[in-house]
Amino acid sequence: MESKKVNWPITILLILCSLVILFPLYLTIVTAFKSPDEMSKSLLSLPNKLRWGNFTEAIHLTNFFQSFKNSFIVTIFTVAFTLLTNSMVAYAIARNMHKRLFKFLYYYFVSAMFVPFPIIMLPVVKQTSLFGLNNMTGLIFLYIVYGLAFNIFIYVGYIRSIPQSLEEAAYVDGASTWTVFWKVIFPLLSPINATVGILTCLWAWNDFMLPLVILSDRDSMTLPLVQYVFQSQFTTNYNLAFASYLMALSPMILVYIVAQKWIISGVTKGAVK
Amino acid sequence: MVKQSKVYYWMALPAFLVFFIFHTVPVFQGMMYSFTNYKGYGDFNFVGLKNYINLFQDQRILASYGFTFKFAIVSTLLVNIISLAIAMGLNAKIKFRNTLRAVFFVPNILSVLIVGFIFNYLFAFFIPQIAEKLGITSLTQNILGNPDLAWVGIVIVAVWQAVAFNTILYLAGLQTIPTELYEAASLDGAGKWKSFIHITFPLIASFFTINMVLAMKNFLMVFDHIIAMTNGGPGQSTEAISVLIYKGGFSGGEFAYQAANSVIYFILIVVISVLQIKFLQKREVDM
Repeated sequence: MESKKVNWPITILLILCSLVILFPLYLTIVTAFKSPDEMSKSLLSLPNKLRWGNFTEAIHLTNFFQSFKNSFIVTIFTVAFTLLTNSMVAYAIARNMHKRLFKFLYYYFVSAMFVPFPIIMLPVVKQTSLFGLNNMTGLIFLYIVYGLAFNIFIYVGYIRSIPQSLEEAAYVDGASTWTVFWKVIFPLLSPINATVGILTCLWAWNDFMLPLVILSDRDSMTLPLVQYVFQSQFTTNYNLAFASYLMALSPMILVYIVAQKWIISGVTKGAVK
Repeated sequence: MVKQSKVYYWMALPAFLVFFIFHTVPVFQGMMYSFTNYKGYGDFNFVGLKNYINLFQDQRILASYGFTFKFAIVSTLLVNIISLAIAMGLNAKIKFRNTLRAVFFVPNILSVLIVGFIFNYLFAFFIPQIAEKLGITSLTQNILGNPDLAWVGIVIVAVWQAVAFNTILYLAGLQTIPTELYEAASLDGAGKWKSFIHITFPLIASFFTINMVLAMKNFLMVFDHIIAMTNGGPGQSTEAISVLIYKGGFSGGEFAYQAANSVIYFILIVVISVLQIKFLQKREVDM
């Protein structure tokens, strides 16, 4: 059959299109390893020797390991607590949708998806400083809370597709609601936990706006925020800047290379729901 | 089971309380401040609708809405056209499908801010250098420095980044279409274009709706791109609404004024999302 043949024109066209994606990344990598002199000769050529000095200088200047640690801590704690708490809230709602209160809660959380952060930004910043949450703890806390809107939406959809007979069997054996949730339901949520985990991870790791308005202390800044803060010092030395950008981007790129299939399917599931 | 239903309240109500305090209260606080002359510190008085009346006469505010909508509409259309095309390519019988799919998704995992910084450099050095060699004089200057063209630069970066996510979504939609349908259509003598209009597009209509609504909403909130690339300049030509709220609200002493701006912005986003969903869902049914 004709349709079994490889469609080479489209393959080649797509490969050409993918260069549009890869080219800026290529440029980032070669620029990060060059010296300003080399750059003035040719922007595109490979570096004639790998200047690791750009990286050590960038690490030193931006205190890279500190901000890497901050981003890492914020992301890990946000993902862990989002999975544990948001799924539990969604479970309570999903199993009680026939009650008016829980139905209200569902629509209450979900409708908050229509309230983008810039709209509440000004009062939130006042509030976080009032509560002493203008630090990393506050950042993690707000990610977990603001995640509720979207996560309840996808968790509830998923939990409602799990038959209740499993839980009823556990109840007959005398298990409590807590036990049922943690021992029976939570393990069944793995596929959707993966989706929520991946989306939350990408959000917490790459987000710029919330750290920008919440964090005031230089020692608690996350990776994107640090790139922003050092922008004025970078403009004089692009190689240094790109070394810093590359280091900030590479943890996520490495994770992606390892878990690419898993990440794409997780993101797709979250969006198709 | 009746006995245990109390536990459900303990599971859900703390979350409600926290969400109420940190999300709903700020919404109402914002509305309250919008009727005051609060600067972000110190005392304030209620001034009625004064902020709202001033908003509609403020050239800077109107310009920011103009820019944001122009940017959002153009980017939404471009992203949807390009990502649907790429998704259809990826859905065809091609070689290296998984690798190509992985490459096209890469921008979605990268920080928008840092991507913006990288493109900044492309626009400042790389494109002018190429343009000079090719003799295209109109591109030998950094387009981000040109008040008339800077928005195009931001569209390019926004589209480059957002196509990744929409492609994956369209691809998921296309994979739900059974190939037999196309085979039947081609037996009936339908060409490529006809089968796209009559089979592909109607069957992925729901994905089209999601993509249009999500893309539009995200682009209306554009912030990171602008901060990374132009900071609202040159002049105020690329000052998006969220950028203006941020700048005016925190450093411009316009806390109450920008709170009023946020209220209008919020109403607009809700109205547009609802209209889009209604309109596009109606079309889904019609097809």
